[in-house]
Amino acid sequence: MNRPELQAMAEQELERQKKFRCRVMCCTSTACVSSGANSLYETLKPKLEKLKEDVEFVPTGCMGLCGRGPLMTVQLQGQEPVIYENVTPELALEILDKHILAHKPTPIKDKVLPNDWPFFTKQTRVVLANSGAVDPERLEDYVSRGGYSALAHALREMTPRDVCHELIDSGLRGRGGAGFPTGLKWNMVRKAAGDRKYVVANGDEGDPGAYMDRTLMESDPHRVLEGMAIAGYAVGAEQGYVYVRGEYPLAIKRLEKAIRAAERKGLLGSRVMESGFNFRIDIRIGAGAFVCGEETALMASIMGKRGQPVIRPPYPAESGLWGCPTLINNVETYGNITPIINQGAAWYSQIGTAKSKGTKIFALTGNVINSGLIEVPMGITLREIVFDIGGGMVPGRTYKAAQTGGPSGGCIPTEHLDTPVDYESLKALGSMMGSGGLIVMDNTTCMPNIAKFFMEFCMDESCGKCVPCRVGTMQMHRLLEHITNGSATEDDLKRLEELCLLVRDTSLCGLGNSSPNPILSTLRYFRHEYEAHIREHKCLAGECNITEVPVLELAEIKHKTVEVS
Amino acid sequence: MSVVTLTINDELVSAQAEQTLLEAIREQGIDLPTLCHMDGLSDKGGCRLCMVEMTNNNNRLVPACVTKVQEGQSIRTESDKLTNYRKMIIELLLSERNHICAVCVMNGHCELQNLAAHLGVNHVRYEYVVPDLPMDASHERFVQDHNRCILCMRCVRVCHEVEGAHNWDVMGRGVNSLVIADLNKPWGSSRSCTGCGKCVQVCPTGALSKKGSTVAEMVKHHDFLGWIMNGREKNIWEYR
Amino acid sequence: MPATQEKKEVAKEHPSGDPRFKMIDRALKRCHYQQDSLIEVLHTAQETFGYLTEDLLIYVAQQLKLPPSWVYGVATFYHFFSMKPQGEHTCVVCLGTACYVKRAGEVVNLIKAEFSLEPGKTTADGQLSLVTARCVGSCGLAPVVVLDGTIVGKETPEQSLERVKKLVKSGSGSEAKLQEAKTS
Repeated sequence: MNRPELQAMAEQELERQKKFRCRVMCCTSTACVSSGANSLYETLKPKLEKLKEDVEFVPTGCMGLCGRGPLMTVQLQGQEPVIYENVTPELALEILDKHILAHKPTPIKDKVLPNDWPFFTKQTRVVLANSGAVDPERLEDYVSRGGYSALAHALREMTPRDVCHELIDSGLRGRGGAGFPTGLKWNMVRKAAGDRKYVVANGDEGDPGAYMDRTLMESDPHRVLEGMAIAGYAVGAEQGYVYVRGEYPLAIKRLEKAIRAAERKGLLGSRVMESGFNFRIDIRIGAGAFVCGEETALMASIMGKRGQPVIRPPYPAESGLWGCPTLINNVETYGNITPIINQGAAWYSQIGTAKSKGTKIFALTGNVINSGLIEVPMGITLREIVFDIGGGMVPGRTYKAAQTGGPSGGCIPTEHLDTPVDYESLKALGSMMGSGGLIVMDNTTCMPNIAKFFMEFCMDESCGKCVPCRVGTMQMHRLLEHITNGSATEDDLKRLEELCLLVRDTSLCGLGNSSPNPILSTLRYFRHEYEAHIREHKCLAGECNITEVPVLELAEIKHKTVEVS
Repeated sequence: MSVVTLTINDELVSAQAEQTLLEAIREQGIDLPTLCHMDGLSDKGGCRLCMVEMTNNNNRLVPACVTKVQEGQSIRTESDKLTNYRKMIIELLLSERNHICAVCVMNGHCELQNLAAHLGVNHVRYEYVVPDLPMDASHERFVQDHNRCILCMRCVRVCHEVEGAHNWDVMGRGVNSLVIADLNKPWGSSRSCTGCGKCVQVCPTGALSKKGSTVAEMVKHHDFLGWIMNGREKNIWEYR
Repeated sequence: MPATQEKKEVAKEHPSGDPRFKMIDRALKRCHYQQDSLIEVLHTAQETFGYLTEDLLIYVAQQLKLPPSWVYGVATFYHFFSMKPQGEHTCVVCLGTACYVKRAGEVVNLIKAEFSLEPGKTTADGQLSLVTARCVGSCGLAPVVVLDGTIVGKETPEQSLERVKKLVKSGSGSEAKLQEAKTS
């Protein structure tokens, strides 16, 4: 398929869509499916059969408000879309009658999510622009919204060098967490010597409480593929791999389908869009190891080995898969490529702050009212995210902290709620951007206990290669166990802090280096909670079960027995 | 081969461009503790004892065994922080499994024990984990004792890289890692083991030993590695 | 010791003639018997057989010409691969952070107490396997429990326990499964 053909496809699809009086979009991402989205289609199907010419039913990707699913959007020709929450089959039938088919369409008021709601208005959807609006399993739908035009543009009008420099100018930084400038990385791989090069998309989202990559792959798989193809062209690679967690069957299915569809149309494969550029993409399925999110471990896993990190340098950009220069970026990073190529670096760099450009997707979960997937411009304050978009705490509870960066990140307490969310500010607070999990905790959450939870995670996920991470995480977990059950002493706390520093400074890979972060940051802001557990054998949040005989009393008993004898 | 100049402990020294920091440091007669490193085997950088401070880069810690020397580099091999960290690593290793020297075949010759003594580790600050781990005496000549294993992977590497049999590998991950033969089978029944005994000789602790040795009797020699490697690669056999 | 053994051609297919090995052969062929594809092949093997048996691992090792300890090491490194047969029903409790702060730990404790079952284990009668997962990516529905592949969210620990009990009582879908296995 060449460029005019692509355009024709887009026009044809738009023409087709215009014929319908109404477009009914129903989220079919994992969260909504588990709340019963599939039964909606089953219910509506017989009715819609008769209205085939009139109403189009579109299974789409995520609309964002996952906590209130299933979500359904009704868009009458020439009108604003209306989003319904908690759509049951009965409600779906009612919507069909009163809103879609009635002469005077009347939305069912109390189930409609207002368009001017902060949850929507505070967001800037760049990467998720198509998510919830297109059918992820139809290439035509993606193309009708400008899909693959960025690839066409890059292939026809830009040199690989231009592409890299456009990215450098845009200020895009890696969305996997560390925030390395993407353009620089691409340029390094482009310049690296080697006949064979590889492009890898890291979709091994192991961070508990984060599902941005999953949603992007499920809702808009072609965007990821197009981003990768542009990367392939820019760095001179002919083979790409998407590494997806085995826990994400739907994402795998949709990516497979998307790759096949794109190959059939000549948008991937040999001679992409009738140019001299060849690019194949294969899927590699992860098998349940958090450490494989680390790039060297991920490459080991792609090569069929135990996912153990190796020491850098050499960096993957020089020597990666099978010793060849390899470009590894997060799935979300690839999602940012097409808008940058389409609308230009100047446009992109308007969004965000001086050092952190663009938008970031967060999975907002935990004890907030509106949990879901949000995309916000960099530099937005945490307060806006938690209280405006998230709707604040459940009545009767108060905000305590938000954890960003998952088990590698840290918590942000009330006094720092007005900090702008960008790479540097979060790091200064002892947390990190991470891949984008944002878990809100209220006054019923015990911080030492949360630290223990993360440490258990790190202990389970440690690959075992280096001593500080393998044994250190286990010993830190044991110390935290003593603290939370009330049997720890002041010495234990000192020991814990020392261990944190050892593990941070001497571990081999990023997983080990960052594993003490949850402890260090909770110690920084909630030290009194640790001390309460130790000195008063009390859990301030009332979460920990302190039943064991505290050490202090043991000492007293001993003292008394001495007296008696 | 080109030569680079770097600073080790405030002294200017020169080294071959392809050398690792560890080689350059040891060439100067400076003692640097290591456990997973062994001359003749590839390096994995797992024990983290050879960490040194890069004084030209914010005192960042780097593992000497896998870091190449660089022109203008400045490093320090000793500091209070490094000593403390090394002690802590030894303590962590001692706490991980059952290292009871008094009843160990390697008592007196054990690299872990020697390092602990050398670094002045006189007590362990961490809780002993005391895992319930098996011993495997099924091999006709050797014994494997998981309780003494520090997962340095010397045996795995020597079997793969030098003997070429790949009898050993690691199962599980994290603290649950175990060095296994074939499909986690008794060593004696392994069909890939050639019985060469190289793994026993390179093992730093009493995890692998000769059958029949009793407390403190096991002494290991690993000069054979140099003998084999020099012979294989350079056709040079230096008989001493 | 292989060196002293007579040279034996590795059989091109599994001697048992079990048709399921055909699936593995197909996966091997698709990957051109590349050693790099070990994980792909193990995925196929687990999908086909439900879990990885020793026999299976040896077969894969032989076909890819890898040492058995290597294959075993990879299979045990990744938590996705299981060496034990799963129970009739599986209950996966998500212990991701979002679920954890919404008290998923209590769900595990209740099920543990009710069936005297440790996470990762199967009941003696082979009816129920309890598994804990690190985030299944449905954090909006926390706490999340996955029952036989169906995600159930936003329930109290007691409600979840009731569901599990019902599932186990519904008894063996084994007959249906057998039927399915026979026809396919």
